[in-house]
Amino acid sequence: MIFGIDVASILLGGFAAGMVLFIVSVGLSVTMGLMGFVNLAHGGFAMIGGYVIVLSMNRWGVGFVPAMALGFILTAAFSVVLERLLYSRLYRAVELDQVLFTIGLVFIMIAAVTLLIGPENQQIQLPQMLRGQMDLGFTSYRTYSVVLIIIGVVFVVALWLGFERTRMGAQIRAAVDNRRMAESLGINVNRLFTLTFAFGSGMAALGGGLGAEFLGLDPQYALKYLVFFLIVVAVGGLGRVTGVFYAALIIGVLDFVLKQYVPRGGTLYIYALTILLLLWRPQGLFGKSA
Amino acid sequence: MSEVLLETRGLSRNFGALAATRDVTFRLEAGARRALIGPNGAGKTTFINLLTGVLKPSHGSVLLKGRDITAASQAERVKLGIARTFQINRLFRGLSVLENVYIAVAERVGAAREIFRPAGWRKDVIEESMHLLETLKLERDARHRISELPYGRQRLVEIAIALGLKPEVLLLDEPAAGVPSAESHIILDAIAGLPPNIGVLIIEHDMDLVFRFAQHITVLVSGAIFAEGTPKEIGANADVRAVYLGQASTRG
Amino acid sequence: MTTPSAHLLQHPAALALARRHHLRAWEPLPWILAIAAYFAFPTYLTFGTELLVTILFALSLDLALGYAGIITLGHAAFFGVGAYAVGMLSIYAGWTEPISALFAAAITAGVLGLLSGWVLLRTRGLTLLMLTLSFAALLEELSNQFGEYTGGFDGKNLTFLPILGLFEFDQLSSKSQYLYVLAVLFLVFLVVRSIIYSPFGQSLTGIRENILRMPAVGTPVQSRLVMAYGMSAAVAGVAGALLAQATLFVNQTFLSLDRSAAVIIILILGGYGRLYGAFIGAIAYMALSHFLSKAYPTAWQLGLGLLLVVIALFARNGVLGIGERLWLFVGWRFRRPGNRAAP
Repeated sequence: MIFGIDVASILLGGFAAGMVLFIVSVGLSVTMGLMGFVNLAHGGFAMIGGYVIVLSMNRWGVGFVPAMALGFILTAAFSVVLERLLYSRLYRAVELDQVLFTIGLVFIMIAAVTLLIGPENQQIQLPQMLRGQMDLGFTSYRTYSVVLIIIGVVFVVALWLGFERTRMGAQIRAAVDNRRMAESLGINVNRLFTLTFAFGSGMAALGGGLGAEFLGLDPQYALKYLVFFLIVVAVGGLGRVTGVFYAALIIGVLDFVLKQYVPRGGTLYIYALTILLLLWRPQGLFGKSA
Repeated sequence: MSEVLLETRGLSRNFGALAATRDVTFRLEAGARRALIGPNGAGKTTFINLLTGVLKPSHGSVLLKGRDITAASQAERVKLGIARTFQINRLFRGLSVLENVYIAVAERVGAAREIFRPAGWRKDVIEESMHLLETLKLERDARHRISELPYGRQRLVEIAIALGLKPEVLLLDEPAAGVPSAESHIILDAIAGLPPNIGVLIIEHDMDLVFRFAQHITVLVSGAIFAEGTPKEIGANADVRAVYLGQASTRG
Repeated sequence: MTTPSAHLLQHPAALALARRHHLRAWEPLPWILAIAAYFAFPTYLTFGTELLVTILFALSLDLALGYAGIITLGHAAFFGVGAYAVGMLSIYAGWTEPISALFAAAITAGVLGLLSGWVLLRTRGLTLLMLTLSFAALLEELSNQFGEYTGGFDGKNLTFLPILGLFEFDQLSSKSQYLYVLAVLFLVFLVVRSIIYSPFGQSLTGIRENILRMPAVGTPVQSRLVMAYGMSAAVAGVAGALLAQATLFVNQTFLSLDRSAAVIIILILGGYGRLYGAFIGAIAYMALSHFLSKAYPTAWQLGLGLLLVVIALFARNGVLGIGERLWLFVGWRFRRPGNRAAP
């Protein structure tokens, strides 16, 4: 049964990491699927949101849940401002320009945070309730990781319901599938995009805060994990919540396993897997075929 | 009876439950001047896409001079002698008119694989391109970028590129679409001046152009051939008029 | 049929096209400046050598990105492969003759470019972006994994025989390196220039301008793109090999994402699809980075970010694009007859 316990803790650890990946990446996937906009600054929103959450907890004693809410709202608001002022000018632009713009934006974000707050890693103080171990019956595992998994599942169910059962969700799905058709049906795609962009950035902020405990939080966060977010989105399929979820879980577990058993150069296998997956299914595991 | 150049047999194409093209059997001879008309959504552009290889059929086959080309790619079909123009211009906007045609001619004569000689040294390609522009009365625009031309003349460049491929079959997808009426005569003149031995199929909504140019008309409705005949026959066909008038009244 | 149509070739458009590849008056200028710099700045030759290598690298990217329109976030893969080719050959095969090693690097990188292009270029958009990115990242991780052979991050020091048996690689003053790299850059530039102005180059521009039109004129788009990608990889490989030879060193940063990102920024900065954009972008970026990034790294990042945002929003064609617009504006002011066709 030792073998069984190992598997359980691997899955738990991997799933926890995967949930954070999912929460950060889902916004990126939907906005890319909806508007076809390559937003490499998405990690920057996660970073900024993480900072809001951690700093408000550390410096102003804000509680865990209120801090999360604050992070979500402020980041979402900030993203709306950027979207209306800058992003919207590049919707018809070539991919290259979008890549450049968002890289420039993330550089600005990193530099600004470094200048204003400093380059050090920000430690998050988890509330007492979330620390320590939790007894799950067949094993005992870190409470926080279990909580992350629960939060992640709640989110994916809520998002799935939101997409499948609400009118706005249907509109988003329609616009992702065929934007012109959706527009001709009277759907205001631009407004939809602003809303999803705000929501996605807010989610990224939550992911940044929730993941700060084991991913760390410093200005470089914005770029350090960008490749992973992009891989999750590409492998999952643009605009597919379930796709992002499964891809995030797979990558999360894989990365966790590799860190344990192949400490040096484990990411190699992630890149190799990504390449193989994308060659086999360029549209991602759940994306719509061309 | 002229040689049959392009032929389809039982050509069908489905998109899920939608039958965009239904069992179309169609022939185009050398020297033909055929128009393909039909109400909106009849599947005319889908048909052209099937002929040119942009789409693969769900059933049926496409033949060129008796040879089955159903599996051939777009580029392969061009090499075999089919050329088309697009309903919305697909031109190289940042390049000059001459360069646009040069690209097509160079591809045809195989010059496009040359790496170490300058494009300017292929005088034969330049000359042929200029000659083509001359026939279409575009030579004074030769040096201008596409983006600087009025839309009507841009549509002419679209035709020039197709002609640069020296096709035996020419498919024109709404050549007059979007052209202001003041300029549409240049399209008409260009079509009138097409080489007599090539087979030409035009999709058009402009009935004026259709009745002036076509020797034969095919009417497509809901993806299937509804009627075929000379302009006189089609013009007198009450069913055809009903289909169009039906469309007109729903449009209000 | 010759006399009636001879007048066609005299048409201004035909003449412009026929003369398009001719040397413009200012084209020798960069080379004259480069040679002058050798005498004027003897203490900066190491920096100068790196600058020349960067120009060559940016030039290679222009072939893929600027002319064929292939967006790649992993071009450093070929740069690094070229560098490791000469490095590993020098250490493990005793192949220390520099010039022949350059050819080996070009071939290795070129073949890798053809193979990876053949596989990857079937995809587009985000998928292609991620594949090129992952491919380069994979190579970097491999270099890390086999660190005993490649030296990983610490790298390996290299030795080479003197160039043509006469000019030694002097690590301190970089005198021979500078001229060597300049000579190679010049020769490769001539090759790239001739590719750009050839009918093949013209078809690449067609692919970039309207990829959907090209199959409709009979172009085998996929194989053209793969060829362009392979050529671009070979040139990148030469650039990487040159840097390894000039600095007598190779490590895994030759393959890094930072390097891939930097070269894209450089090319956009100068202006892609314009042959000399690589020169301007490299000079501007390297000069600024050399003086700013060591001293004030955060300010450098902020400035660079602002610059990129401004370029993406207002100056998509870089410095040369701005220059072109100014030129056209000046020409219009003076009412020049006729309009210029695209360069």
